[in-house]
Amino acid sequence: MTEAVSFRGVSRYFGHVRAVDGVDLDICDGEFFAMLGPSGSGKTTCLRLIAGFEQPTSGEIKIYGEEASGVPPYRRNVNTVFQSYALFPHMNVRDNVAFGLRVKGVSKPERHKAAEEALALVELAGFGDRRAGELSGGQRQRVALARALVNRPRVLLLDEPLGALDLKLREQMQHELRQLQRSLGLTFVFVTHDQKEALSMADRVAVFADGRMQQVGTPEEIYSRPASRFVADFVGSSNVIPADFAGAGPAGRWASLRPEDIHLDPRGRDAVVTSRAYHGRVIKLGLSLGCHKLTALLPATASVPETGETIRVSWDAGRAHVMGPEA
Amino acid sequence: MNSAAIFPARSGLVARAVDWMIRHPAMFTFLMVLPISLWLGIVYIGSLIALLMQSFFSIDEFSGVIVKEFTLGTYAELLRPANFDIILRTILMAALVTLASAVIAFPIAYYAARYAKGKWKALFYIGIMLPLWSSYLVKVYAWKLVLAKEGILTWIFEKLHLSWLLDGILSLPVIGGNSLSVSYLGTFIVFIYIWLPYMIIPVQAALERVPGAMLEAASDLGATPRQSFRMVLFPLALPGIIAGSIFTFSLTLGDYIIPQIIGSGRLFIGQAVYVQQGTAGNIPLAAAFTVVPIVIMGVYLWGARKMGAFDAL
Repeated sequence: MTEAVSFRGVSRYFGHVRAVDGVDLDICDGEFFAMLGPSGSGKTTCLRLIAGFEQPTSGEIKIYGEEASGVPPYRRNVNTVFQSYALFPHMNVRDNVAFGLRVKGVSKPERHKAAEEALALVELAGFGDRRAGELSGGQRQRVALARALVNRPRVLLLDEPLGALDLKLREQMQHELRQLQRSLGLTFVFVTHDQKEALSMADRVAVFADGRMQQVGTPEEIYSRPASRFVADFVGSSNVIPADFAGAGPAGRWASLRPEDIHLDPRGRDAVVTSRAYHGRVIKLGLSLGCHKLTALLPATASVPETGETIRVSWDAGRAHVMGPEA
Repeated sequence: MNSAAIFPARSGLVARAVDWMIRHPAMFTFLMVLPISLWLGIVYIGSLIALLMQSFFSIDEFSGVIVKEFTLGTYAELLRPANFDIILRTILMAALVTLASAVIAFPIAYYAARYAKGKWKALFYIGIMLPLWSSYLVKVYAWKLVLAKEGILTWIFEKLHLSWLLDGILSLPVIGGNSLSVSYLGTFIVFIYIWLPYMIIPVQAALERVPGAMLEAASDLGATPRQSFRMVLFPLALPGIIAGSIFTFSLTLGDYIIPQIIGSGRLFIGQAVYVQQGTAGNIPLAAAFTVVPIVIMGVYLWGARKMGAFDAL
C-alpha cells in the first residue's frame, strides 16, 4: 500500500517548547486516520505540518512520496477543514466553495457547477446564494467540507471539525463523514480529543501526549491492548492496576482491565461500592478493593448493589492486558 | 438577618429615580439618546442648515451687503474658472493624499495587527499616537524647516551626492517649485504625515478582526500570497480603509493651514472659505464653498456603500 503521508523523526519546536517531538508516522492511502490526544499533545501541530502552515524544525515529511518540507500550503494538493470553519464572510456560500477553483483559474460557469455539485454532496444544494453568517453551525461545517472537497485533494485534513456541534448533530456528522470518506476513497486525517469519536470513526488511531506519539493502531488494538498507562487512561475508561494484582503478570508492570470484564462472583474478592451511576442498559459502579479503585460496568438487569454495600467480584485474568515497561 | 422575600423600596430621590427607570426601560433609552440627538439635531444639523441657507443668498457687488433672497447665483459663481480650479485642486490633492496614506498605512497596520505582540504593540501605539500629542502648528512649521531650501532635507541630499535628484524632482512641472516647502509636493508630503495616524488606526482595527485562519484557509485552498491579498485580506480590510479614507479625505478637503504654510500659494477650499468670509466678507460664497466638501463626502460615502465597503461590518 502506498503511504499518503509519512513522518520520519519529525520535530517542531516553538522556542523551547517541543510541540512535536520525534514523530515517525505512516498514513496509508485511502485511510481514515485519527489523531487523538488531549489539548497541547501535538496532534494539531502534526496536522498543520501536513497542511504546510508549519514547517518541521527537523525530520522529513513526505506526501505521496514527495518531499513536503519547505513547500508552501498553496502548492500542496491537501485541503483542510478548519475547527473554526474559516469561511470567508464577504462571499456567499457558492463563492466560498468555488474559491479553490477560482484561484486555479477555472472558468466561472465551470467552477459554479462544481461548487453546486460539492454542495449537493454535503446535502446543501440550493444554499449557494446565502451568506456564511446566515447558516447554522452544522451547515457551516458542511460548507467548509464542500469547500475542501471541491478541489479533489489527495489528503483531507480535519481539525476537530465536529467540536462546535451539539451531540445529536455530531453523531449524525460522524456517520456522514465516514460514509463520505468510504464513497470518495480519499485519505482523511482527523484530529480530535474525543476518544469515542476517534475509535468509532477511524481505520487507525494515533494517540498523542506531550508532543510524542504514544501508540498507533486499529481502534481495537488501542482499546484492548494499550501500550502505556497514558493510552489506557485516555482512550478507555479502562482500569489501570498493577499486573500482579490483576493476576496477569509480574510485579512492577501495569495492566489494563476493561470495566465490562468485571462481574459479580460469589467466590470473588470483596469490593466496597463507592459510587453508582445509572447509564441506561448498564450500571457503572465505583469499587474499592483494598487500596485499589476500580470501575465496573454491570448489566442493569442484575440485582443492583447500593453504595456502601460490600459485594464480591472477579475477572478473567486473561482479559487483563499487561502493558510494556514504563518508558 | 433580614428574611423578607421582597426588600422595601429604597428612599432618596436618586434611588427612587433609578428604581423608576428600571421599571421603564424605554425612558432610560430616551434619556441616553437625548444628548446625542440634541447634539446632532441642533448643534450639527442646525448649523448646517443655517450655512446652507446662507449659500442661497448673494452679495451685492457694489455695497457688499448680503441680499437675503433665494438665488443659485452664488453656486454659479463656484463654476467660474478661478473658483472651479480651487475645487479641482483640493479634490485631487485629497484623493492623492488618501491613496498614498492607504498604501503607506497598510503594511504598518498589517505588521501591528499580525506580528506585534505585548511590548512591541505598545510601542506601535505610542509611535502612531505620539505625533498627535504635539501641536499641529508646531509640526507643520517643523516640516517647513525640514523642507526649506536651506533645510535638513536639502543638506542630506547634498551629503549623499543626490542633489541632482532633488533638483530633478523640483524642476518637474506643476508639482515642483523653488524648494519643497513652496511646492505642491511639499504640501502633499506634510498632509500625508499629519493624517497618516487616522488611516493606520482604522486599518489596523479592521485587520485585527481578520482571523489568522482566514488567510491560512486561502493559502490552503491554493491561493498564492498575491491572490490571498486581493481576494481575502484586502476585501476584509476594506471597511477599515474606507473609514480611514473618510478621515484623510475630509480632513484634507477642509484644511486651510497646511497649504498656507507649505505650498505654492495657490488656494485650497479651506483657504477660499477663510478668505471669502474674512477679508472679502462674502459669506454666501464662503458657505457655497463649504457645501462642496459636504456634497463630495456624501457622494463618496454613497459610492463606498454601493461598492460594498460596509458589507463586512
